[in-house]
Amino acid sequence: MSALQDASRITVALIGNPNTGKSTLFSALCGVRQRIGNFPGVTVEKKVGQTSFHGQSFSIVDLPGSYSLAPRSPDEMVAVDVLLGRQGDVDTPDVILCIVDASNLERNLYLVSQVLELGRPTVLALNMVDVADEKGVSVDAVALAERLGIAVVRVQANKRLGLNELKQALGAAVDAQPPRHPSPFPAAFQQEVELLLRTDTLPHYLAERLLLDTSGYLASTKIPGVGEDTHAAVNEARQRLNKADIPIPAIEAMCRYRWVGNVTKGICERTQTRKRGLTDRIDQVLTHRWLGTLLFALVMVLMFQSVFYVADPASALIDRINGFASDLVVRTMAPGAWRSLLISGVIEGVGGVLVFLPQIFVLFLFIAILEDCGYMARAAYLMDRLMSRVGLSGKSFIPLLSSFACAIPGIMAARVIENPKDRLVTILIAPLMSCSARLPVYTLLISAFIPDQRYLGNVIGLKGVTMFCMYAIGIVAAMLVALVLRRTLVKGAAPPFVMELPSYKLPGLDIVLYRMLDRGWSFVRRAGTLIFAITIVVWAAGYYPHNPANIDAELFETQAQLQTSLGLLDGEMSIEAAPRRERLQVELAEVEGRIAGQYLRYSVLGRLGQFVEPVVKPLGWDWRIGCAAIASLPAREVVIATLGVIYNLGEEESESSETLAQTLRKAKWEESGRLVFNTPVALSIMVFFALCAQCAPTLVVIRRETNSWRWPTFTFVYMTVLAYLGALTMYQIGMLFVAA
Amino acid sequence: MSTLAEVSVGQRGQVTGILGTDEISLRLLEMGLTPGAEFSLLGVAPLGDPIEIEIRGYRLSLRKSEAARVSVATQE
Repeated sequence: MSALQDASRITVALIGNPNTGKSTLFSALCGVRQRIGNFPGVTVEKKVGQTSFHGQSFSIVDLPGSYSLAPRSPDEMVAVDVLLGRQGDVDTPDVILCIVDASNLERNLYLVSQVLELGRPTVLALNMVDVADEKGVSVDAVALAERLGIAVVRVQANKRLGLNELKQALGAAVDAQPPRHPSPFPAAFQQEVELLLRTDTLPHYLAERLLLDTSGYLASTKIPGVGEDTHAAVNEARQRLNKADIPIPAIEAMCRYRWVGNVTKGICERTQTRKRGLTDRIDQVLTHRWLGTLLFALVMVLMFQSVFYVADPASALIDRINGFASDLVVRTMAPGAWRSLLISGVIEGVGGVLVFLPQIFVLFLFIAILEDCGYMARAAYLMDRLMSRVGLSGKSFIPLLSSFACAIPGIMAARVIENPKDRLVTILIAPLMSCSARLPVYTLLISAFIPDQRYLGNVIGLKGVTMFCMYAIGIVAAMLVALVLRRTLVKGAAPPFVMELPSYKLPGLDIVLYRMLDRGWSFVRRAGTLIFAITIVVWAAGYYPHNPANIDAELFETQAQLQTSLGLLDGEMSIEAAPRRERLQVELAEVEGRIAGQYLRYSVLGRLGQFVEPVVKPLGWDWRIGCAAIASLPAREVVIATLGVIYNLGEEESESSETLAQTLRKAKWEESGRLVFNTPVALSIMVFFALCAQCAPTLVVIRRETNSWRWPTFTFVYMTVLAYLGALTMYQIGMLFVAA
Repeated sequence: MSTLAEVSVGQRGQVTGILGTDEISLRLLEMGLTPGAEFSLLGVAPLGDPIEIEIRGYRLSLRKSEAARVSVATQE
């Protein structure tokens, strides 16, 4: 890009309260012309979009929704840094675009008052005028522009109305004088700010914030020119102000809301006898004591079931496409490392990424609808009491519930939680919810090793109870971990649950679809490559060294003989040939299965399994189960296929397969000849898989959402330790019963 | 003087002050619970907490523990 183009491009920073339609406006302005990344060192998503108007191009930086420009954490500091041009990776904005909800102008203007104090060119987008009308609120935009000294543009972002006027105003604002915003603070306060400025070279707004920020966050950050003497000066200034009856920090809200009152006087009319709006009537039902709870349960069941079942056929389709692709490879390529890489590495790897997509799409469709219509906040409101028992808030409920279908969309859904600590704890415990990938493991082991006993007149079966227990173990573990984390690593006072309940509205189809695709695509793009890479690494560990010298020679001989016999039959069309061919094929498959098993035993993975046998022995596992557990690092369900290979069955195993269950029942310890599997061993494996973190995509998504490898590493370690201890306890206690 | 946590559903009143200077108090102030602001209590969640109020023309939910920091003067 040439310097000339760069100079002509206008950088716009978009800021606004949550629930003002900010992201709707952003996507209405930029469409798909946007780049998503992270601001360095924080978990804030960086969205930069492009748009143009009459040959003028704009670059729009979407800042996180916020009620106030009063940073108390690194995440909140990002917006201030961008606006002040202190954020190195973003150009200093030429114009600030502030979006407000016309139906809720008073509270929205609080942020505007802070933005105006920055002294930068600013344009106000007055959104949701239609909602305001319905609520009986009318705003005189012309008078508002006059009082604020900036351009005010009426827009309806969801209907794409007023966008051209907005771009025109943005272009015009660059050349206009920045607004001169009279400080809302009393003279004594302003004098103190001036005093701080005299001693240092820091922006006016930051000096003001230093004086007001009693949380100590700003004092702890490195601001050039701010040193010990500044902090001392700030403390003295606060004491003087408090003596003068100017309470720090309450003075800010008091002054700004007084200013807001003056600005809106006479131009923002709220009909005195409040109209009973649609929201009131809907809310009466939705937050009703019984009806509201019932409807909430219904919505959740519907969402959960949809993720589970609508995603199922789609996943099956992906499996079929994979199967088809594998067949194609088998038919066109000679056996060898490349073929194996394509089938077990590439196709599995791609499938391993794609298989999550249907679930992510379905869940985010629901979440986008719930968010856009305003129900999401009500759900948090309804569930807060329950979640607060373990130190979380109501906002964690939906991410955690979603994790029962799949932890990946669940973890991504945790973005709705603004409080960073709450969000982190939610992300860290989400993988403990029994996801759909654990089902095949449970199903296989329960069907093979849990006796079919029924109680209470056939109503309750032992198999069902076992399944229920696996889910319960995950939930209980998650609650305990949340409690412990809240007291140790993620310590801190319970975050405030001061949450706006936005007005209900019909969700916009394009917004909902856009968010769904956006999140699905971001998963594929940001997590896909890593998941793919991990699958390949595990494939290589299970394949190499692939030395035929390790395999019993007679197996190869038998294989060759069978192949020759089959080849001879090829031309035969007689009636006897068909069953013979079938029998030979079964025998060949068995021999090839044993060869594959032996290759795996001498592979890196197999040796690793044998190496860890002393560690997994107390769980009742032999090296082969240990090996399968390691192989299932990319995805839990892989354990079944690996058990199939390692117990010499060939690769085509599924949880419903009777043969695998039978083979497992017959498997013996190599040295003693004792049976490997019994009920305690099966339970120990199930508990292990209920609690372990054998899911590379989940870890990759945690890394993406927390922007560091620290938390996925922590998750993997704590879950593996938990899984090991859980499996150990299960097996040891189980064996006591068996002995008795 | 009573607090917002003691107000019953349907009652109206005025905020008279916020106790404390920590993050929770700041958030309450920023959300518009400043001295003189009028509110009405719209409802209580089915499990008994949090509560829902209307203030400055919008709806806000907060826990009772947070509402206890808001001193209010109720009408009637």
